[in-house]
Amino acid sequence: MTDAGLRVVVAMSGGVDSSVAAALLKQQGYDVVGLMLRLWGEPDQPGSAYNRCCSPDSIAQARHVAEILDIPFYVLDAQAPFKAHVVDFFVESYVAGITPNPCIECNRHIRWDFLLKRALSMDAAYLATGHYARIRPVTNFAGATPNPQHLPPTPFRGLPTPAHEAGAWVPNYQLLKGLDPLKDQSYVLSVMGQEQLEHALFPVGEYAKPQIRQLARDFGLPVAERAESQDLCFLADNDYRRFIREHAGGAIQPGPIVRSDGQVLGQHTGLPDYTIGQRKGIGVAGPEALYVIDTRPETNALVVGTAAELGNQRLVAGRVNWIGGEPPAEPIRAEVKIRYKAAPAWATVSPLPGGQAEVVFDQPLRDISPGQSAVFYTGDVCLGGGIIQSGRP
Amino acid sequence: MIDPVYLDFAATTPVDPRVLAAMQPYFATEFGNPSSVHRWGQQAERALEGARRDVAAVLNCRTGEIIFTGGGSEADNLALRGAALAAREASDAAHLITSPIEHSAVLSTLRQLRDHFGFRLTVLPVDSAGLVSPEDLARAIQPDTALVSIMYACNEIGTIEPLAELAAVCRERGVRFHTDAVQAASQLHLDVQRLGVDYLALGAHKFYGPKGVGALYVREGQPLLPTQTGGAHENGLRAGTSNVPYIVGLAEALKITAAERNDHNARFSALRDRLIAGVLAAVPDSALTGDASQRLPNHASFVLAGIDGNELLMHLDLAGIGASSGSACKTGDPEPSEVLLALGLPHALALGSLRVTVGRPTSEAHIDRLLETLPGIVSKMRAAALVGVA
Repeated sequence: MTDAGLRVVVAMSGGVDSSVAAALLKQQGYDVVGLMLRLWGEPDQPGSAYNRCCSPDSIAQARHVAEILDIPFYVLDAQAPFKAHVVDFFVESYVAGITPNPCIECNRHIRWDFLLKRALSMDAAYLATGHYARIRPVTNFAGATPNPQHLPPTPFRGLPTPAHEAGAWVPNYQLLKGLDPLKDQSYVLSVMGQEQLEHALFPVGEYAKPQIRQLARDFGLPVAERAESQDLCFLADNDYRRFIREHAGGAIQPGPIVRSDGQVLGQHTGLPDYTIGQRKGIGVAGPEALYVIDTRPETNALVVGTAAELGNQRLVAGRVNWIGGEPPAEPIRAEVKIRYKAAPAWATVSPLPGGQAEVVFDQPLRDISPGQSAVFYTGDVCLGGGIIQSGRP
Repeated sequence: MIDPVYLDFAATTPVDPRVLAAMQPYFATEFGNPSSVHRWGQQAERALEGARRDVAAVLNCRTGEIIFTGGGSEADNLALRGAALAAREASDAAHLITSPIEHSAVLSTLRQLRDHFGFRLTVLPVDSAGLVSPEDLARAIQPDTALVSIMYACNEIGTIEPLAELAAVCRERGVRFHTDAVQAASQLHLDVQRLGVDYLALGAHKFYGPKGVGALYVREGQPLLPTQTGGAHENGLRAGTSNVPYIVGLAEALKITAAERNDHNARFSALRDRLIAGVLAAVPDSALTGDASQRLPNHASFVLAGIDGNELLMHLDLAGIGASSGSACKTGDPEPSEVLLALGLPHALALGSLRVTVGRPTSEAHIDRLLETLPGIVSKMRAAALVGVA
């Protein structure tokens, strides 16, 4: 059985990854439709009425790729939901004294909800993106036939190759890291569930970035040398501190810099200007080096302390998504990433009631930041994750 | 893949093969410049002036009253800017009148005259079908009104304006009257004496002629300041070497259109009525926009509640059907159509417009394709939108 002829909507950005994703799917015989989302961008900054992800240049680039691949291409308006779920959330989080990850929210609300539903309404079997991640079906029960796109070509890193006799198959989908460890994007996809994974394709996740650039050249796509897309795509510049001040309606104010015992050491310029673990540029001097160890939004206080106070072995995550569908029955051992670019750290993860999870690290971590996501891994398998609520015991 | 069905003839039309054949000699064989003295020039001039005679015959005017332009928008620009500036020079006239449902070639030009050239602009009200009332026009005219511009038929909602009545109001008061007839020209008569207009703009690609060529009728004696200056082409009103093959194409297309108008219109009306009845019956929460009877024979337009018009066009295209929407935009930044807002439609509904326009190749089977396809797409889209944004 083959998927050839099935419709796939590819979320195209004009960049190399999504362009090659579209080319690979076209080569495999899918009925490929290119879609670009028009996202909200800061409207009144000179030269940026467009989000940087979907500037006229990016649209033209994606359209050119679609022409080369001979696939239809459309731009879909997602400005209102993107503003509500990603941009407003971004500002509200900073006002609440935490450090959000807008890419996580974009994947949760825009890509894998707004866009996926629209792709399915276009009779697409799949929504494909240029993310570096992979999908594998692992368990089987009586039921349906397998999705061959998701079958591993060979036994994969010790995972059991699933049996796939026709008619005996209801897969449970695993989200795996991309093959290229430098490019792995499973962190921002940790919000996906079974329904999303069933309809998702990540064609470039099976390759390393240099291979993707080579494939772009092989396919004759004029995108091989383009720069990476930006994380804070809705900013006119890279100055998120300015953006938050302009959009928070005066909620960002200077406040006290305190030690954990309440001793006031000075004044900070506004909580969004600092990150947990930061040492330089705090503006307080003392006999020993001081680090940002916490924020107290209720009193607008920035808490600083010594290196010894900084380390933190425990966090609680909320809005936890378990990709397999159910939280594990027992605490599990897992590697946990507390930022997109953080190194995984071994920990014991215990599901808590109310969609929460407690994470106790084997070694203290210095920069656990509320608002970022804690994402759990067993080897290459992304088990899910949640938003760090508290990094303090 | 099933055969794609084009139902967007208000956007543009295919060039009639007879038109293409008429144009053919003037590219490489009879290639002369009509301004040249020699035989090559004379040959080209013969073609150019023959085309002018053909157009004048259809418009029931003198040949000297026809100016060829680079398209319908250019014809509108020349008439409005040229007439407004000339009127101001002659008599300090400083007031302009238009309707809110004009094509942007008219609205943007008049707004520029207002914002940068000191004119006052009155935008008349329209009723819910988009009709301008002669009484409203009569009341709006002021002693220093330089020009009135009301379109013949609306590209977006198909409504045909009571042009002869509106023009009469102006004529009685000595006010010049311009009409954008670009959308009307494929189906309505263009007799400028019956219409009583002073300026009338045409674009060939709307009536099975080539893109990039248009014509402007300027009633003899009506002043016009050229907006493109240079050589003395087109009576000194539109500089630039005449685009002979395209002008020949325009004239041929207009001749054919005038000769076959009645036959096509009878068939178009039947297709249109079947289409309108079918859509309104099969798609819940849909409504016709524009006037039900004072309507272009080939034109059906709707608003569909809870639908993003842009997204609808994408679904239709994937199903092999080409249509249009007032808010259509290829950069995913839809604005509700100004025309629909002027009719009093709410913002959200104005984003959900659909325009289906038939043409000479359209068959009943094409209409059936649309009627079979549209209801399912609309219900899928409504379902996705309902659960889409939590």
